[in-house]
This record gives sequence, C-alpha cells and structure tokens, in this order.
Amino acid sequence: MKELLEDDPGKEILLLGNEAIVRGALEAGIGHGSTYPGTPSSEIGNTFEKIAKDYGMYFEYSANEKVALETAAAAAVSGVRSMAWMKHVGVNVASDALMTLMYAGTRAGMVIVAAGDPSMHSSQNEQDNRFYSQLGNIPMLEPTTPQEAKEMVKHGFDLSEKLELPVLVRTTTRVNHARGVVTFGDLEEPDGEGHFEKDPARFVAVPQNSVKNHPILLERMERAEEITEGSEFTYSIEVDNPELHVISSGAGFNYIREAKEEYDLPISILKLGMTNPLPIEEIKNYIQGAERVLIVEELEPFLEEKVEALAKEINPGLEIYGKKSGNFSRLYEYNPDRIKEALAELIDFEDETEALRPEEYDLPSRPPSLCPGCPHRATYYAVKKALGDREGVFSSDIGCYTLGVQDPLNTADILLCMGSSVGAAGGFSKNTDQQAFAFLGDSTFFHSGLAPLVSGVYNDHDFVYVIMDNRTTAMTGHQPHPGTGKTGMGDPAPMISIGDLAKGAGVEFVETVDPYNIEETIDVFERAIEHDGISVVVPKHPCALIEQREVDWSSYQVNQEECKQCHICTNQFGCIALVRENDKVIIDETQCVGCGQCAQVCPFDAIEQGVEQ
Amino acid sequence: MKRVDLEIVGVGGQGILTSSQVIGAAALEKDLDVYMSEVHGMAQRGGVVVTTVKIGEEVHSPLIGKGDADIILGFEPIETYRAIEQASKKTWIVTNRQPIVPFTVSVGTENYPDLEDKILPSLEKSTDKLISLNAEELAKEAGAAITQNIVMLGGLTATDVLPLTHDDILRAVENKVPERFVDVNLKAFEKGFDKAKEIIESK
Repeated sequence: MKELLEDDPGKEILLLGNEAIVRGALEAGIGHGSTYPGTPSSEIGNTFEKIAKDYGMYFEYSANEKVALETAAAAAVSGVRSMAWMKHVGVNVASDALMTLMYAGTRAGMVIVAAGDPSMHSSQNEQDNRFYSQLGNIPMLEPTTPQEAKEMVKHGFDLSEKLELPVLVRTTTRVNHARGVVTFGDLEEPDGEGHFEKDPARFVAVPQNSVKNHPILLERMERAEEITEGSEFTYSIEVDNPELHVISSGAGFNYIREAKEEYDLPISILKLGMTNPLPIEEIKNYIQGAERVLIVEELEPFLEEKVEALAKEINPGLEIYGKKSGNFSRLYEYNPDRIKEALAELIDFEDETEALRPEEYDLPSRPPSLCPGCPHRATYYAVKKALGDREGVFSSDIGCYTLGVQDPLNTADILLCMGSSVGAAGGFSKNTDQQAFAFLGDSTFFHSGLAPLVSGVYNDHDFVYVIMDNRTTAMTGHQPHPGTGKTGMGDPAPMISIGDLAKGAGVEFVETVDPYNIEETIDVFERAIEHDGISVVVPKHPCALIEQREVDWSSYQVNQEECKQCHICTNQFGCIALVRENDKVIIDETQCVGCGQCAQVCPFDAIEQGVEQ
Repeated sequence: MKRVDLEIVGVGGQGILTSSQVIGAAALEKDLDVYMSEVHGMAQRGGVVVTTVKIGEEVHSPLIGKGDADIILGFEPIETYRAIEQASKKTWIVTNRQPIVPFTVSVGTENYPDLEDKILPSLEKSTDKLISLNAEELAKEAGAAITQNIVMLGGLTATDVLPLTHDDILRAVENKVPERFVDVNLKAFEKGFDKAKEIIESK
C-alpha cells in the first residue's frame, strides 16, 4: 500500500473504496487519523497503519469510536486536519460527543466517515446513518464509487473549513468494499503540530455558552444550504423527453445508471452528492415539469420524503414512486435486479436472459463459523461442561465469539451491541434464577466492558464475566488494541492487563487460563460458577489465524479402529474440520490446523496424528 | 467491447479475494475499466463468499444481475450450484469438484447433496459450458494444495471469455504472490489452464 504515498497525479490505480478514502485524506494533508475498527470501515485503519509513519501523520486505534472522535476533534480545533472513521453503529457510540461538537464547530478541516452496512453483511443492524446529519446538523456527502469517495473526503476537508463544521462522509458496504479504478490527484504534505487557541465561550459547552452556540450552528448550516446548490458532486444525466425522472444518491445510483446505459432507457437521472443540506433549488427545478419521479435510495425514504414535500409546493400532480408506493423496500441493499424490477413496473423494458434450469436440490446453509483451531470453541465447550445440567444464560457480544450462536455450541442467547453482554448479564443475575455469563473479547472489553464491570461490582451483580483474550481485534482483521503492547503506528505500548483492571475494580475471583487446556478450563469455570459476585475468567490464547502463521502444525486424523462413533466431537465440540460421513467421522485435512483440541474432547483417544482415516 | 461480468463464489478462506484481485490487476494493466465487489468481515469466517469482477470500457456498478454473469468461477461445488441463478445459457461455469462440508451437515441438521449422482450431472445437463476441475488434485500435482485458487484461475482463463490473455493473467499472478511461491503458483496456473483446455476441446 506504499503506492498510496506516491505523488504521481494522474496515475490510475485499482483501489478498495476504503483505500481510496485514505488517499483522499492524504491529498488533503491529513495530520491526525483515529478509529475503532468495524466492518465495512476497517481497511481504512489497516491502510493508515501501514503508511502513517512514512507519510508523517499521527494515527491511532482508539479504545472506542467516541474516543476516536474526541481525539480527532481536539486535533481539528487546534488547526490540524483530522479524520475519524467508524462503522455506522460506531457513530452511536461517538454520537454523544458529536452532537455537542457541532455547536462548537471546528477550525482545521475534520471529516467523519460513517460506513453503513445495508443487508447487514457484517453488522447487527442496518440503521440509516443519513439521519445523523439531520439530528446533529452535520453537512453530509454521499459517495457512490471509490473514485468519488476519494474526491469527497478530500473536498470534505475544504468544506469543513469553509463552514467551520465537521463534515460527515456517509458510505455503505458497496462503496467501502467495492474496488475500482481511482485516479490520483496531488499529494499534500501532512499537517504538522497545531496549537489550541483557547476560546471558552466557543469550546466549553456549559449552558450559557451552548445557548449562544446553537444559533451559530444554524447560521453555519444556512451557509451550507447555499454551498450545496451547484455542488460538484450533484449532477444530472439528461435525455430528451424522458419517460421517467429519477432522483438518486449513494450506491443505488450505480445500478440505475448502469441499467439506463445498458438498455438505453429513456430516463433522466438527478444524482445527489451533498445530501445534507439538500440542494432544494436543484431538486425543485428537476421535478418542476416532471410527471413521474422514481426515488432510488437504499434503506429509509430520506430523499423521498423531502421530494414529496417539495412536490406539494411546486408540482402537486407529480407521481412519486419509491418506498411508499411499494416500488422499493426499506430493507437491505439494492442490486441490479431490484432496480430492474422497479423500472419494469414503470417503463417498457425487456431483459432477456435464458435461465438455466438445473434440478432443484435442498442445499445446506453455510453460515460463518468459528475457524478450525479457534480458542473460543474450547472456552464455550468448557463452560457447557462446567455447567452440566444447570441452565446458563449466555449474554454475548460483538466479535468472532458471537459465532457461538451456531450449532452445536449454542452459547449466545442475547446480543445488542459492543459491551452489552456485561450489563445484560448483570441484569439477568438480578432478575432471574439462571446462571448468567457475559462473553466478550479483549478488544471489546477495552471498548466498552469497563463501565459495566464497575457498575456490576458496585451493585453486587453475580455472573461469570468471560473475557476471551485472543490477543487481537480478530473479526475486523487483526488490529492491535490496548492489551497487545503495540500501537496503530507500530510502536511499543504498555500491555494493559485485563486481570489487573478487574482486580482494581474490586473483583475477588480473577483467573487466567489457556483454553487449549480444556480440562483446566472446565475446572476454572466450575469454581467461577460457585463464586458469589462477579467472577472474571480470562481464557487467553492467540487467534488461530495469527498463530498458524507462526506455528507449523500437522493435522490430526480419526483412528477408525478406536472411534466408537459417539459423535461427542461433532455434536458437542463441532470444529468444522470434523466431517461426518453417515456415522463415520473423519478430519478434513485441508481444514485441520492441528491444534489438538478435539483430541482432548474425544473420550476414546481416537483422534491422533499420523494414522490412516 | 462488451462488458464481461465474472462472479466468483466459494467459502471464506479459499483465496477468493486474491483471485479476484489478480484478475482486476490484469485488467487495469490493459487499460480496461474494472469494478469489483469484495467480502470482508464476518462472512470470511467459513461462510459463503461471493465476489464480482466486471471488466469493460466503462463499468458503473460492482454487482451482477440474475442471469447476467458471463462466467461463474465456483471454488466449491454446492456454492457453484447456489449461484446458478446468476447464469444463463451464455454463461461459462468453471467449478471445483472438491466439496467443503458445512458444519450444518457435520452436526447433522442438514444434508450435503450427492455430488457425483446429483449436483454435477444436473449442471452438465443444464449447460454445455461447464468445466469441472479437481483443483485440490491439480494443486498437489503442482506442488502445494494451497494453490487451488490459482488452479481455478487457470481454468477460468482457458475459457477465453475474459478480455485478457493467458500471459496477462499469468503476469498478474506473478506480481501478486510472494516471491518464494511464484514457481509453484505458475505451475498451478498451467495445470488448471491445460486441464480446462482439454475439457473444452473434448466437448
């Protein structure tokens, strides 16, 4: 990714949307970047991790999104261009700071990238973050392609400085995780050290200041209303006598544009780039003489309701097609088929393909699962063994370990968001007679596991708090965190001890165990369950994907002469390398990583190395 | 030129991202427009992975509509089958024959349909543009089972549907893989290419 640092304007390069966002920031002279990793925004941080030092900027993985936003805000008010990025739900975490930051505004440019995930490819919900722009009065840009994402981020810094407000760049998975050809612009030098000019009336949000700063925010947004008209990112694709007008923003625009060109459709399209504030005059002009307009936007009817209101004013007869008319849904991301279906209801349009007609068979589903060798699997197995016949409530969290929800482990009963496992487990301990467990990872613990720990000790909650320490932020691509001893810039850092933090909070039962030693892990959980009050267990073993890069293991096999076909390995432990062929169990050697956990689980010692299956 | 839409399907961990990036890089090298969609995050943990590569003079979106794929490159046979609605009579289907059994089957809640008697014959019957390879076997012959994805790239290239030549893609493979693995990967590519050519010629 060193190519991103080349000062070679005009160069064409194939970039992931997230890499293009990084390049946009480099072309704007970013001095500070901060984030907490989250799909689909993670590769922005992964990329800065590799180049921040060489470029000469500061970059950090903050403990959570709120900290990421606050550190970036401090940079921007001190004259250093900054960017904070996060997944859509990360904005929920950061929103407390963000809503008030808008009142103060910023000095140097500040861009916030909020990456949405329509269809929930890797998320717990598909909230439409465009509404944050209205809630907080945040100027917003919505890119459609990697190239535009780069341009909008770069432009976002200038816009932010013009308005003295942070600018929201709202993306979605099909922008962040699309890869396309991007043309480089000029590379800027990074902003150096800043200086914070004190101005308490502006920056200290006590009531007497906030009452004065709120109207300033509204004035700044009035300025934004002028700027949004004629934005370079808003343009229309015209045809003579269009049969249908289309208004679109975000990834949905790509499909409607493609359909128009591919089938030479008699439709015109108004593509909006800056969507808060909306360019009211441009939209009015566009719909004034129109008879029918189709609104193409993923998720909520954000544009549609605005167009509806404007039409009442200037073109009451306008037929508006979108989510309310039933042409589109408020659910999930769009794709070429959904666009074509909507178009077919409104204009003459034939799409001829001769479909294949193979036999219909029930295909098995293939949900994601814990990897072969994953230490979480052993932890879950041990918890269930320790519980025996007693009923546990398993309060889960955001990370790979959520995959305990699958058969045969079934160790996730409730999950809301980052850190929710802990508060919920405390609530179960106070309100049910079931043995409560909180399961969360090391990175999630630092993100939002501390406050509910303290709250739980204070309020005498009684549950087993399991912090599954695999030494990394695994799900999002192995970023370092406060417990790993390394910063986002690759510098050494204090390795903050999870056990010591728990002890410091007053927890009496704190034990660390290697889950690869299953017998010992069961013993620890048996004692943790018996303990009154919060007991903290830290099953600690590196993520298998990382360990496999360093350890050369050979795979195991099932010795069929010893195997009694009891199926404990498949039905209770359930590593995906254990494959059942009718009653016979074999190990898929292309998947087995040789961790040996299943050999410990087998009561007949039938899983060995170096035997024929 | 007409746009070429390629959909690559399989299971997280099979090297699908690498393969699509190799093709994307080869296309850019020829000054073609490329638009791709990738899968990162949770689905990569052993779930279904679908990536797309669209190549043309100007490409506007990264996703492929039903029946619109020019090629489906399937790294796992039932995942190829699952993607079949993206195919039409014009579509070349290049699939690996080697199954990866999902855990839903191993824990006994679902069944893996019979490959040799059901899935593959049904594919054969519905199209004459099918190439099925045993990528694991060919990769082992090349010297490393892990090069299965490059074997599949060889098979894909043999269809001549991409606006890219054998040498274009070979060069992109060379640039993508770590230096010490170049030889084995190039061998894997040729294995897949030759086997697929043999199948095409016998049709």
